[in-house]
Amino acid sequence: MVKWLGSLRNFNKPYLCKIEKIIDETPTVRTLIFSDSIMSNSRPGQFAMVWIPGINELPMSIMISTKKNQAAFTVRKHGVNSTALYNMKLGQYIGVRGPYGNNFNIKPGKLLLVGGGTGLVPLIRLLKFIKTSHNITLIIGAKTKNEVIFEDLANSLLQHNQHSIITTTMDGTYGCKGLVTHIVADLLHETTFDAIYTCGPELMMFNVIKMALSKQIFVQASIERIMKCGIGICGSCSMNENIVCKDGTVFDGSYLLENNEFGYMYRNKSGSIENYTSKV
Amino acid sequence: MINVNLIKNIRLLIIFMNCFISKMKPDISTHIGPIFIDNPTILASGILGISINIFNRIYSSGAGAVVTKSISMLPSSGYDGPSLFSVGGDGWLNAIGLSNPGIDNFSKMLRQNKKIPIIVSLVGSTDIDFITMVKKLQNSKILAYELNLSCPHVDKVGLDVGDDPELVYNIVKKIKSATQTPIIAKVGLGSTNYLDTIHAACDGGVDAITAINTLRAMAIDIDAMKPILGNKIGGLSGRPIKTIAIRCVYEISSKYNIPIIGCGGIFDWSDAVEFILAGASAVQIGSVINNKWMQIFSDINQGLTNYMSQKNFANIGEMVGISKKF
Repeated sequence: MVKWLGSLRNFNKPYLCKIEKIIDETPTVRTLIFSDSIMSNSRPGQFAMVWIPGINELPMSIMISTKKNQAAFTVRKHGVNSTALYNMKLGQYIGVRGPYGNNFNIKPGKLLLVGGGTGLVPLIRLLKFIKTSHNITLIIGAKTKNEVIFEDLANSLLQHNQHSIITTTMDGTYGCKGLVTHIVADLLHETTFDAIYTCGPELMMFNVIKMALSKQIFVQASIERIMKCGIGICGSCSMNENIVCKDGTVFDGSYLLENNEFGYMYRNKSGSIENYTSKV
Repeated sequence: MINVNLIKNIRLLIIFMNCFISKMKPDISTHIGPIFIDNPTILASGILGISINIFNRIYSSGAGAVVTKSISMLPSSGYDGPSLFSVGGDGWLNAIGLSNPGIDNFSKMLRQNKKIPIIVSLVGSTDIDFITMVKKLQNSKILAYELNLSCPHVDKVGLDVGDDPELVYNIVKKIKSATQTPIIAKVGLGSTNYLDTIHAACDGGVDAITAINTLRAMAIDIDAMKPILGNKIGGLSGRPIKTIAIRCVYEISSKYNIPIIGCGGIFDWSDAVEFILAGASAVQIGSVINNKWMQIFSDINQGLTNYMSQKNFANIGEMVGISKKF
């Protein structure tokens, strides 16, 4: 069916999908669910370009739905465009093109997944691809209690696996108190993993990668940059010699640490370099 | 005595081998007026050209030269999205909106260039814009400037300038007197006869012409009932514009004695050959990057080399514009 649909559909043109369900995850985060078997089968780490007709187009990591042939986007309202997407109503249409980019290379064995905020989306999709033999530890990071997302969903996805879900908030209002990187440091002190996968704020990923590599653990991160075309043409998402939309979004940690832009700087919409204000 | 003969024989053998090798392997280096590059494949402006690291990657992948994104006086964020999508048939519609970091940031970055043949694309509204930018780049290693007289979707620059031959003449003439670096004018099909633009550029002393830019176009989603591009109107690129571009290159090379860089819908080596036969001394590669990624430059060069061997061309110069002879 997917193959048949794929032969008809132009992946590189916005394809309109009706919003069929909206889940309020937190006061500022919503998941918009729509039917589309192609997006539904996307791999963890892949993204779509999402058109809000008449407003703008945004790169979004593709969220899962619990129903077959459905996919979703989880959006936090923080700018004009993400707020416009957040405010979309049931029955309204969004355009999707893609999926684009590569995906996490899922190793067998004991895996650690480290996600911050909506960076959890590709990690939740990763959970759809694991086997029952996998032992999973998932760290969910948030600023405060009412911003914790996907805890129940992750628990249900992991019901057939040996697993542990650790939630941490920066203000300690829920779960552990502190940064996810503190939890990672404690975990790596006590035990080891076959692989670590991370997505979230860049400085968080930078530190997770450093810790993983110091223990010789395979680690991958899904990187965010400004993306306009999504297909390796406009160059907006360049990070050193890499074009994140085409070469990524997933990169090996060992490669990222050799990259003098990752963790230090990014390009704004004009392509000018901006520095991360400080390094955690 | 024996030794002298032996040396003579070895030298003769080397000369013979060199002749044989040069017969076997055609020379794909090319002269575009005063510009010399190792091979005729050039990255087109607007595609990826934002940083030294990317230029280096593309050059290392086999491109003869790279053209930067069009640089303006001030940084520009470009348009809201969608800024690029496929219209099918290997055709693309884009309105990126000339996003670029601005001349100050760009010139600072370009000073790191040591070895890459970089053609800097410049976009502006007046001769003063262009002259100011050229002066800011005077300490950088630059192969040539390409004046964007043809972007079809940004007001007061690009085609709006290209459609005014008098302005084009002034801009080219003033830049020529301000720098020794070769000047290329990139033309497109606007609301006036593009040949008038070329005529003006030639009168102003331009060194070469790039033809053509994307063609002004738009698309509407019939379900959303809205234009798809954020800017509503953009430029069509890719395979659908190739035959138009070929016609333009043929027309320009028939009317003017000016070196041409062909651009528009080049997807493989045979397209590149077609442009060269029409009159282009080199070609620019853009939309196909999505399909074939950076491999495209060496693929085209390999195919071109094979074609030249089969047809007994020793160098690109022998091929340029020969379709006009028949």
